[in-house]
Amino acid sequence: MTDLFAARSLMAFSLGFHILFALSGMAMPVLMVLAERRWLARRDPADYVLARRWAKGTAILFAVGAVSGTALSFELGLLWPEFMKQAGPVIGMPFSFEGFAFFFEGIFLGIYLYGWDRIPPKLHVGAGMLVAMFGSLSGFLVTGANAWMNTPQGFDVMIGGVATSIRTMSDWPAGATLLGAKVVEVRPFEAMFSPAFAEQAIHALLAAFGAVGFGVAGIHAWMLRRDLGNAFHQNAIRHALVVGGIAAIALPFSGDFSAKHVASWQPAKFAAMEAHWETGPYAPLILGGLPDEASSRNIGAIEIPAVLSFLAHGDTSATVIGLNDIPADRRPPVAVPHAAFQIMVAAGLAMLVIGLTGIWFLVRGIAPWSRPWFLTTLVWASPLGFIAVEAGWTVTEVGRQPWIANGMLRTAEAVTPMPGLVWPLILYIGLYALLGVVVATLLRYHVMESPSTAELADATRAGAPSAALAELVEGRHAIA
Amino acid sequence: MPSPDFLALLAPGNIVAVVIVVAMLAYTLTGGADFGGGVLDLLATGPRAGAQRRSIARAIGPIWEANHVWLLVVLVLMFVAFPTAFAAIMTALHLPMLLMLTGITLRGSAFVFRAYGPDRPEWRRWGLMFGAASAVTPILLGVVFGAISSGRITLGPGGAVRTDFVSEWLTPFPWATGLMLQSLFAFLAATYLTVEEDDPEVRNDFRRMAVRASYAFFGTAVLAAIMARTGAPHLWATLAGSYQAWAMQAVLAGVAIGAIVALETDRFQLARVLAGAQVTLVVLGWAASQAGWILVGQIPLAGSAAPDGILIPVILALVAGLALLIPTFVLLFWLFHRPSRSVEARTERRPSIRLRTEVAPPVR
Repeated sequence: MTDLFAARSLMAFSLGFHILFALSGMAMPVLMVLAERRWLARRDPADYVLARRWAKGTAILFAVGAVSGTALSFELGLLWPEFMKQAGPVIGMPFSFEGFAFFFEGIFLGIYLYGWDRIPPKLHVGAGMLVAMFGSLSGFLVTGANAWMNTPQGFDVMIGGVATSIRTMSDWPAGATLLGAKVVEVRPFEAMFSPAFAEQAIHALLAAFGAVGFGVAGIHAWMLRRDLGNAFHQNAIRHALVVGGIAAIALPFSGDFSAKHVASWQPAKFAAMEAHWETGPYAPLILGGLPDEASSRNIGAIEIPAVLSFLAHGDTSATVIGLNDIPADRRPPVAVPHAAFQIMVAAGLAMLVIGLTGIWFLVRGIAPWSRPWFLTTLVWASPLGFIAVEAGWTVTEVGRQPWIANGMLRTAEAVTPMPGLVWPLILYIGLYALLGVVVATLLRYHVMESPSTAELADATRAGAPSAALAELVEGRHAIA
Repeated sequence: MPSPDFLALLAPGNIVAVVIVVAMLAYTLTGGADFGGGVLDLLATGPRAGAQRRSIARAIGPIWEANHVWLLVVLVLMFVAFPTAFAAIMTALHLPMLLMLTGITLRGSAFVFRAYGPDRPEWRRWGLMFGAASAVTPILLGVVFGAISSGRITLGPGGAVRTDFVSEWLTPFPWATGLMLQSLFAFLAATYLTVEEDDPEVRNDFRRMAVRASYAFFGTAVLAAIMARTGAPHLWATLAGSYQAWAMQAVLAGVAIGAIVALETDRFQLARVLAGAQVTLVVLGWAASQAGWILVGQIPLAGSAAPDGILIPVILALVAGLALLIPTFVLLFWLFHRPSRSVEARTERRPSIRLRTEVAPPVR
């Protein structure tokens, strides 16, 4: 394994791990606040227990997200020092804001988790809302920094003694490299609000709500199938379906906006994710198939004529740039982005159908849990959002190769000279595998500790706050 | 009217450098104490070990994640304002940084696993991991700072770092710095805990730990100073080369002795203030020993900062952010670090929702 590949794998692995926790840090607070608000409005003990249990889950996921995010921030410098040397100041603004957003998220989560009995309920819900707000802002800003890597701009650079102002990607001198160049001025907001910012940040935010909403709905559907009529799981599904369902309905629109943007601003990535080889009008949409880079064609793919032109530019006769028009040394791998893109779209479409059904049930006043087939569907759909997110990141990162800063600095130029990077890779795979297993086990304990229908009924009779309710929050086997 | 030299001192790069030092100080005073708490957790023995550990967990629980962000602030400001030095440091100190990150990851994860895991022996073992990671990580943090001060990280032509990835940090001085930082953090944590603990016996345990850690700090600081003579000549020259520097050392020694006296005479609030002052002097002393260098002997502070176009907006964002952040932090500490008696009283009034997890995570 080359050091470059080890560095890329470590970055991909660390990000792929962190993203699962980051998504939860963004969306779980929304769920716990929904449950707590319903508890305050209707005094349904199931909601109270739910809010407390979800808050515990959030605490576990947030902590692992915080430490894996720290590792990731350091890894930017440890693995890609040449990139940070040049781009660090340029992308400094979103990172600085993100630091503060994270601070506030951490503080208000502390207040929320440890403040149940110390601050008035309204302020407590307010703290939860602030956790949700700063969590989403944090994700928004980090995605903004990533967007700059796709559409870098907003700085002046000296290359070979000539100063050039990069107001947009096309200002970049052909054939130049950022390696060894000197960034002489930065326009931080021009860099922060690079063209890809809006499409990426919106898509990532919606994806977080979709993934977590479906994940949570699936887990509770699985529990509910064994304990039909349990209000704890019914309420959980209600809250999770609202969040996940709305996101799943919005995601295809945001995805279409993103795809059109990528088609215009990152044609190489677009061609790779669509496995589109020949430039031309009436470009076909390629479904499935294995792109063969040696022969520049797809094996076993289904082609639907003119659809790609329409999806990319809103016009069936529009020309779509193909991979064959992109020089080989500027061309991303094709098979991986294409497969990942198809997986993401397929998962997203499945979520759309399920989300529409769930929202339709809720709007019509039909209990979604009264349909066994729907519960089963939710169980199977549980991982779809997370799969889609990982696939989507794969598309955007692998599809940008061979660049770390699109068109300006190659990933190979940015990597650390440190040898033996396979060892850190092995260390971190081991470490994260361990953490992943432990977190999964821990969450499973907490899920399995769900209150039964009878216990909830007792708690309702006892009124709130009561010892019976506190017992339910704790769980039967004294999980603490 | 200020002289031109004075105006030059207000260059954006210098301001950010000051903010970086302030953030390091904030991290040491808050996050450092959290690490120190882990060290004490590891060292807890005797009949009251469980009570000590509960007290430590209660103090760290609500705040460690927020405290931890100061480290990220330092990291971000380094790459935003001093990218060349940042790239050199991250390249040459790859290995200790990687190990430090592993420690940070394990420390935080182990803490929540213990706090939220079932009350069973195999889960309580995460407490040991929490303690071990808390003990090792400060050493590695010290290794990083020691290596930066050592002057061993050098740049070749074109600003690229010349490194074999090992010789910059695998020398005695950085490790002596690491041990010094570890005992300093333990001292800080134990002193803080004497204020927060109500049980007189447990408080007495923390007092004893604080005094011992203070002696350990003295020993490791002397060790680091001896190593600095050859291991970090620039640091040695600054911290031992002038009457003012010796006066600083004398003040530090006075504060350290004052803290011990305050601990022994039950003046815990005063001891906490003096412990904070001691840490502040150490961090400021380290910053002063850099004497205008970002990377000693290689990259001077003056003229190496990123363009003003980014620094000025970042400074403004920092000012605005801190103006919001500081009151929020005060709120957090006020809510959770009042003497625990009032907390008990409040939970006692509503015993129904008194929760083991939130009030006092069980420990091994």
